[in-house]
Formats: sequence, structure tokens, C-alpha cells
Amino acid sequence: MKIEDKKRVLREMVLHRRFEERCYQAYIERKIGGFLHLYPGQEACCNGVMEAARPGHDYVITGYRDHVHAIKCGADPKEVMAELYGKETGSSKGRGGSMHIFDVAHRFMGGYALVGGPFPLAAGMAKAIQLKGGDEIAICFLGDAANNQGTFHETMNMAALWKLPVLFVCENNLYGIGTAIDRSTAVVHQHKRVAAYNIPADECDGQDIEVVYEHARKAVDHVRSGKGPYFLELLTYRYRGHSMSDSRGYRSREEEEMWKQRDPIFILRDRLIAAGEMTMADYEALEKETDAYIENEVIRFAEESPEPRVEDLEKYVLAERETQLPWLTGKAA
Amino acid sequence: MAQIMYWEAIQRAHDEEMARDPLVICMGEDIGVAGGTYKATKGLYEKYGPLRVMDTPISENGFTGLAVGASFLGVRPIVEIMSVNFAWLAMDQMFNSAAKVRYMSGGQLAAPCVFRSAGGAAHQLGAQHSARMEKVFMGIAGLRVVTPSNPKQAYGLLKSAVRCDDPVFINEHELMYNMKGEVPDGEYFHPLEGSEIARSGTDVTLFGYNISVHWCLKAAEILDKQYGISAEVVDLYSLSPLDRDGIRKSVSKTHRAVIAEEDEAPVGVGSEVIAIINEECFFELDAAPVRVHSALVPQPYNHTLEKAAIPDHEDVVKAVLKMFGKA
Repeated sequence: MKIEDKKRVLREMVLHRRFEERCYQAYIERKIGGFLHLYPGQEACCNGVMEAARPGHDYVITGYRDHVHAIKCGADPKEVMAELYGKETGSSKGRGGSMHIFDVAHRFMGGYALVGGPFPLAAGMAKAIQLKGGDEIAICFLGDAANNQGTFHETMNMAALWKLPVLFVCENNLYGIGTAIDRSTAVVHQHKRVAAYNIPADECDGQDIEVVYEHARKAVDHVRSGKGPYFLELLTYRYRGHSMSDSRGYRSREEEEMWKQRDPIFILRDRLIAAGEMTMADYEALEKETDAYIENEVIRFAEESPEPRVEDLEKYVLAERETQLPWLTGKAA
Repeated sequence: MAQIMYWEAIQRAHDEEMARDPLVICMGEDIGVAGGTYKATKGLYEKYGPLRVMDTPISENGFTGLAVGASFLGVRPIVEIMSVNFAWLAMDQMFNSAAKVRYMSGGQLAAPCVFRSAGGAAHQLGAQHSARMEKVFMGIAGLRVVTPSNPKQAYGLLKSAVRCDDPVFINEHELMYNMKGEVPDGEYFHPLEGSEIARSGTDVTLFGYNISVHWCLKAAEILDKQYGISAEVVDLYSLSPLDRDGIRKSVSKTHRAVIAEEDEAPVGVGSEVIAIINEECFFELDAAPVRVHSALVPQPYNHTLEKAAIPDHEDVVKAVLKMFGKA
């Protein structure tokens, strides 16, 4: 990665971290409802892969831990926060919530809340790309536990069979909700599982963004060059519970502390400091500046935005009726 | 107007839509090289090739989800699920993805997919290949459900479903693919909403859909000839949304209603139509509405038991005679 890119990505990752931490606070204050799944600890995964891909050009889809993926693709953090607040200005107009962030203009094709649900959707987008002949790829970010769903196996088979341009990124954070991977999964190394479908796969450290980037470049090049699907496993860790209702009783504080010694933001920060590209004071200023942005712009926008109108409750269930009249009434020209 | 079979009508709709738009594709088990279990995609593989006529693995939820994902980017997939019994496996992607994506994205994304599937009891196919499931599909927000009772509808409903920007489930019937009927020679789009008066009458309305329309028509004939009762037959080809106006108008005219369905009674089309009658025109009724439906059992294999489980035109006649105090 170029030095300017590293500096930019550090800023982005700090935004991603502080955004999520601010969500935590807003949830405690009951400004955010429902389920909330936070990303701290895993930032190098999304950022490393998307640095190797083309955000806004490639189609990205993921599960319910989706805020950072959306922002990385180009979604405005203000609109993502407004969505969490359930506001009309939210990225899904307040109809989706934390688990269903969408920004189709930036080709962030959504967060989905059925574990493993996005696998075939990603393959389907790749099928569409194949039919239309574009140079985009589909990228599917999911956790390790999704690989125990039938959709994983069904999709790997079809993606390989039809050589679809789809990159599967497995963010292996070692737990499926509150069950450790070795207690739920017979094959712990996830990248080995796609060998059954003849899909090339790789595994790497998911905490060091430069390592992720190098492996992701290889993966993205493979898929974009028309060689078919690829599976990249990133070894990572989520600092917080699965969602806000999780008190993390299934793992030790020592284990968490061990992973925090390999924090993706600090690894990059310390490397930039060691290279003389920034100072600790610069970093602290960056954090402050980020917090100020989140408070003064992101939170403020979410707080001040209007609620959806109750009259619009049934909007977006189906296509606007007037646009479909020829097929609804049979009076096609 | 040509007389063609139900399967030919479906095949023709596929062919015309695929010839018109290169982004219309079809997929399902055995639909390509094998030509389709019900021949509904016969000849398409040879004409449009494997990229657009996809023989899928036996992975219903997987290929249904794949179709939904493709539709996000403008592809118009027509998915054949060989038997509606297998659609249970695909309901996650139909309901959680296709039906909800427009809403949960605040209108940014849509899944204009067509899901076709054959349901109904055929000949001794047993419990896991004979189910009717329209009741399940018609209760899902964001999904349209239509069910053709003849070749003209089979052709025109598929044409409209492919063009519509909403996901549409088309409920076909195992026993109807070889039924012959008139289909317009020119392009025809059947409305996805509404209902049709299949036979006009004054004394009682017989509501049917798909195969039960034919029981109702046969029953109306018998009631007219043998009992002097004039029955109106209303074809509810759209199960979601149901045609509230059509139901109200017919019941307001005849003041009596019988609903015939091959599905079991609980939470079904009959329950829903009666609820609509209550809401729309309760005081027009001269008698309590009645449902004719199958027994609440997994479909038995034994021929005699199977026949006993499934209603037919005689059950419709009996229900009407009972309503008129003639049985």
C-alpha cells in the first residue's frame, strides 16, 4: 500500500471505530433500538479487502454487522446513523434499521439478517454481471458461522459450476453468536471447506491491513480476470459481544485482552509512527477531530432529522402502483 | 385464437419474453437439456443456450436466492420450482429476501423475479409431493400471488409477471399442464390483479381458483340443469391481492357464497374470502358462506383415501344444495 493510502485508511478506520463506539453509547441512551451488531476489532478486514477492490463499482453485500461496509462503499455516515435512529433521512428511510443498511447508488447492496442469506444473493449478482458483461465483481462479506448454513454449500457449488465472478470474504471472528467455532464446526479452518467445490482459497491475518490488502489483491485479481469465484478467510476478532444483548460469558477477558494487543488500528498507527509519517500527537488529534465530526455532524443530523410519516407506512411494500398499471390491469399497449 | 395446452402457453410466454429481452432468463431443475418436467421450457435451451436457460443443481433455496440476487441488477429471472412442496426449502429467499428487500431498503432495491411452481394432488404422489401451499404465499407482504385456471391465463399471467417490478409467485397445478384452451394469437397480458366472472349467475356465487374453477363450472352446470339453481362462478386468479371489489359485487348480486379450494381449510383462501365478505358486504348475505376444501391430512398414497381427501365438483354441488335446504 502507498503511504498516502495508509494514512487515508487509518483516518477511515478511526472513523469506523469511533462511529461504532458512538452507536454503543446511543443504544445505551435508547436512541437506537432493535439489534445492534458492532464492528470494532474487525476493521482491517473490510478496509483491506475494499482497498484492493473498487468501492462504488464492485457490488458488496453482507450480513447484519454492516455499518462499516456501507460507509466503506461510500455511504454517508450521517445517513447510516440516521437509519439507526429510524429517521426518514436514513439510508433505508428508517425502514431497515441497523441490520438493513443499503446504499445502492454506491453499490452497497445491503445488510441481511438471516445468517448465510447473502451467499446466493451475491452469486446472483455475479450471474447478472456475467450476463451483462461488465468488469465488476460481487463481494460477499460474512462471518465464519454462516458457513454452517446450507446456502454456503449450495452457493459454493453453483458459483464454481458457473464460474461466477464472486469473492467470498469470511471474517472469521471465532464465534457464532456465543458458540466458539470449535464447538460448532467440524472443520475449523474455513478456507479448507471450499476445496470440496474446487474453489481457490486463502487464509491470512485479518488484523494487519497490509497483510489483508496483499491477499485481497490476489483474490480480487483472480475474480476480476474471469477465473471464477475465490474464498478468502481473514482471522479476526470482535471486541464487543455478538450484539448488544451479549455479555460475553462464553469467553475470557484474558482472551479479549490478547486480541486487543493486535488491534488493527494500532498496528497501522504504530507502523506509520515508526516510519516517521506521523506522531502520537497527530493520532490523538485525529481521534479528537473524528469525534467532533461524529458529534457535530453525524449525531446532530440523526437527532434533527424527521421521523417517517405514519401515512407512509405501506410505501415500499410493492412498486409504485401507477408505474405498474399495464401489468396490474392487463391494459398493456 | 389457437387452441393450445397449458404447458404450451407457458412455454410461449417464456419464449416471447426471452426473445424480447436478453436479461430475461429461466432456471430450475431439469428445465434445460431435459426440457422441463412439465415441458414448460421445452426447446428454450436449444434456442437461448445454457447461460440463459439454466439447469440448476437440486438446491432450491440456493438457486432461488441466486435468481433474487440477479434480479437486483436488472435481470428478470423466471424460476421453476419443480413441485411446490420443494418451495418450502426456498421460502427463506422468497420471503426474507425477495419480498422484503424493497421495504427494508426504503425503496432502493427490488427483486422482480417470477417463481413458478406446480402444486396440488395429482395421482397418488403421496404426502410430500401433493401439497397445496397458496395459503402460505398469499400471506406475505411484498409478494404477488397469481394462479392460472386455463391456458390463456397461464400465458398472460406469466407475461405480465415478467414485466412487473414486484416478485410474483405463480401457482400452477400438476393436473392442468395438458389442459387445452384458447389463447390469443397476438401478445396478451393478463391482469395481475382482479378476478374474472367465469360464468354468470344470480342465485349463488361459487368462488374458485386454479383447478377448483373447473369444479365450480361443472357444479354450476349440474345445479342449473338438475336443480334450477343459477350459480355464478368467480375465478380468483389473483390470490394476493384478493379482489375485494369483485367479491363484494358478486355476493351483493347473488347473496350467497361457496368457496372451493383444493387446499386444507385452516388459514386458507376460503377463510380469507369469507373474512372479506364479512368486511365488505355482510348484510347482503342470505345464508352463511361455506367452504369446500380438502381434509386436514397429509395427502394419503392410497387411491381411495386420496380421493376422499380431495374435494371435487360433487362436493360443491352438495354444499350448494345444503345451503338451499335441498339436501
